[in-house]
Amino acid sequence: MKRDIFQAIADPTRRAILVLIATQALTPNALADQFDITRQAVSKHIKILNECELLEQEKVGREIYYELKIDKMKEVDQWLEQFRKIWENRFDQLDDLLTTLKSENNES
Amino acid sequence: MKANLQFHFLADKEKNTLTIKREFAASRQLVWDCYTKEELLNQWFAPKPFTTKTKSMDFSEGGHWHYAMVDPDGNEYWGYTEYHDINPIDYYRTKDAFSDSEGTVNPDLPKAKWHVQFSDLNDHAVVTTVVNYESLEDLETVINMGMEEGMISTLECLDELLETLTK
Repeated sequence: MKRDIFQAIADPTRRAILVLIATQALTPNALADQFDITRQAVSKHIKILNECELLEQEKVGREIYYELKIDKMKEVDQWLEQFRKIWENRFDQLDDLLTTLKSENNES
Repeated sequence: MKANLQFHFLADKEKNTLTIKREFAASRQLVWDCYTKEELLNQWFAPKPFTTKTKSMDFSEGGHWHYAMVDPDGNEYWGYTEYHDINPIDYYRTKDAFSDSEGTVNPDLPKAKWHVQFSDLNDHAVVTTVVNYESLEDLETVINMGMEEGMISTLECLDELLETLTK
């Protein structure tokens, strides 16, 4: 199943997992210890994050460590930042218009 | 952006919603006018370097705004907004869609519900805009279209230019 990055961050547990693995690589068990949900539930979240290509995997012995693929997260930020700029620009124009209107009102 | 004016931009990907809150250094009535009067709306709605062109506007419940955002080469991107309920100078709700120059709504492109609320903050006004898309895919489509139309990349160029100039 094809997934996109926004499905990954739509869920609060998955967001929490991303925060945890952003600073250090963790095993699924270590991650599960951080949450009051079953290990199966954590595995399911990891599976989704993996399908979103947000995880970097590293095998150490028999354990798998997960780490955040930073580049992917940057995509989301840039994407939203660009949309934000459109609104900023629009509002700056409204500021200018309001300034003009206010000075016209004072003169009349 | 003016540094002393509040600006919040929140995307909720579970509700397919954008919430945009902005403070303006003017009275609520004046800001309301800028949002609801054709000749004023034309002066700010389309982000630079686009300009706004209104073909027809009837700001009343059941009325509409049929407009285009025009790029510097003269390409027109048409939109059609239906006004659903209006409560001056507190809020209005609309349904926003993409259309052609005749006002025929394009059924294949995303539609969004807009709820625009106006409130006071001392002698300033605050406008909270909640834009609700039917799905997350719709929200993504709108942003991707913005990129294709050059709306976003142009702004980025401008930012880069400004950064160079201020160094």
